[in-house]
Amino acid sequence: MSFLDFLSALLLVPALFFFVAGTVALLRFPDLYSRLHALTKADNVGLGFAVLALMLRAENGVEVFKLALIWGLVLAASSTVCFLIGQEAVRRGLKPWTRQSP
Amino acid sequence: MSTVFLTAALALLLTIVLGLAQVFRQAGRADSLLAAILFGTTGVAVVLLLGKALGIPGAVDVALVFASLAAVLGVAFVLRGWPPDDFPTDHRP
Amino acid sequence: MIPQLLDGTLVLVVVVLAWRALNDRDLFRGVIEFIALGLLLAMAWLRLRAPDLALAEAAVGSGLTGALILSALVRMRRREQAAAGQTAGGATGPRGEARGKNHSRMVLGALSLAMLGILAWAALSLPAKSPGLTAEALARLPDSGVTNPVTAVLLNFRAYDTLLEIGVLLLAIVGVWALRRGDWPAADLRERLLLLSLLRWVLPLLAVGAGYLLWIGASAPGGAFQGGALLAGALLLALLSGLGKRLLWRERLIRTGLTLGVLVFGVAGAVALGWTGGLLQYPTGQAGAWILVIEAAALVSIGLTLGLLYLGGRPEEK
Repeated sequence: MSFLDFLSALLLVPALFFFVAGTVALLRFPDLYSRLHALTKADNVGLGFAVLALMLRAENGVEVFKLALIWGLVLAASSTVCFLIGQEAVRRGLKPWTRQSP
Repeated sequence: MSTVFLTAALALLLTIVLGLAQVFRQAGRADSLLAAILFGTTGVAVVLLLGKALGIPGAVDVALVFASLAAVLGVAFVLRGWPPDDFPTDHRP
Repeated sequence: MIPQLLDGTLVLVVVVLAWRALNDRDLFRGVIEFIALGLLLAMAWLRLRAPDLALAEAAVGSGLTGALILSALVRMRRREQAAAGQTAGGATGPRGEARGKNHSRMVLGALSLAMLGILAWAALSLPAKSPGLTAEALARLPDSGVTNPVTAVLLNFRAYDTLLEIGVLLLAIVGVWALRRGDWPAADLRERLLLLSLLRWVLPLLAVGAGYLLWIGASAPGGAFQGGALLAGALLLALLSGLGKRLLWRERLIRTGLTLGVLVFGVAGAVALGWTGGLLQYPTGQAGAWILVIEAAALVSIGLTLGLLYLGGRPEEK
């Protein structure tokens, strides 16, 4: 196992952590806004680490470019969709959760 | 090294299974869709890891197609697919 | 150990999701399950080392079809609500309806069983050990003009299959247009500036991606259908956000685009027939160029068809 392999494997650990964190947030957070917030951030960080890990093992420059493009696309798409859902929820009158609310 | 990637892919697949629990139990519309978006992001990572582990060069293009179309579903949901009578009011304890 | 676990999980989840997507009482959840199923199927195809199929599933299977079914669901619910408003407390016998449903279910069940029987008979009558056509197809690959065996089969060895498939797509959109006028989903973009700023660079990128998939289809997984799906995704985003409105008013342009695939494919077949004496038998040494032209035309038609299906009818100004 070369140094790059080791580094790549090491990067997969935070990737997994953030993906698991995103899933736990989806299951446990109290309202739509907090779930939106957690999901679209944790997941994209997780994907970022996975992409970094794979970049270290890429065959050529084109693959590195494609991996970066994939991450950028997912990042832009999910943050836009997150904003759209949140905006629509506000418009429909969903109150954010607070500790006091029932 | 490919075993490492395969293990990571398996672990991510298991988080998708966990997320499915959110869809299976009575979740609001927006929450089900959120789960689907989560699957999309996780799925891109699984496809990339699987492709690397199995040595399939075409897998990067598969992930690229998934990523390119990632916005379609969410935009279609908010602008058209969200039933107007569906108020997301679920506050869980 | 790990590969077996992965395969087992994939198989289990795919079967459970397929069952739930078909039988969920909440149709919306069914759609979400269908979308997740598409994603997992793509993974399964990849695991089976079939990136071509994974690519097709990624392009058409989950995102586009999911959006299409979602809009059908909304339309259905709207119609149900309108009907409920009209016949509030109406005396239509639910009983007779249920009986009619049972009847058609039995007929459908019998037909499915008959189909299963025919397929089983066909499968059983095959020779137990068949070498298949793989070796033959691979041997002639250098003559096909492309290096990706899947594209060689689809656009050269069995090009008439693809011609008919594109014809089916044309028939589908003609059928939808004949049924009703499409409704207009455009949103007000002034309230959704973030979406506009995303679309400004994602739409051109999707068009470039479509071209990339078309080009790479000659040597790697890709091709007109996958590229067309990206084009359709761009069209769908444009339609939803109202950016595609101006395009739709140019009806003649759209109709030309929709038929372009069949037209070019048909003309190429006829020309090849006159030139070499075989339908879609390309002149020796030029097959690659012929395939590229045909696929480019098919890409436009496929993208327009898949994207315009979302309107659920013909585009018309009201």
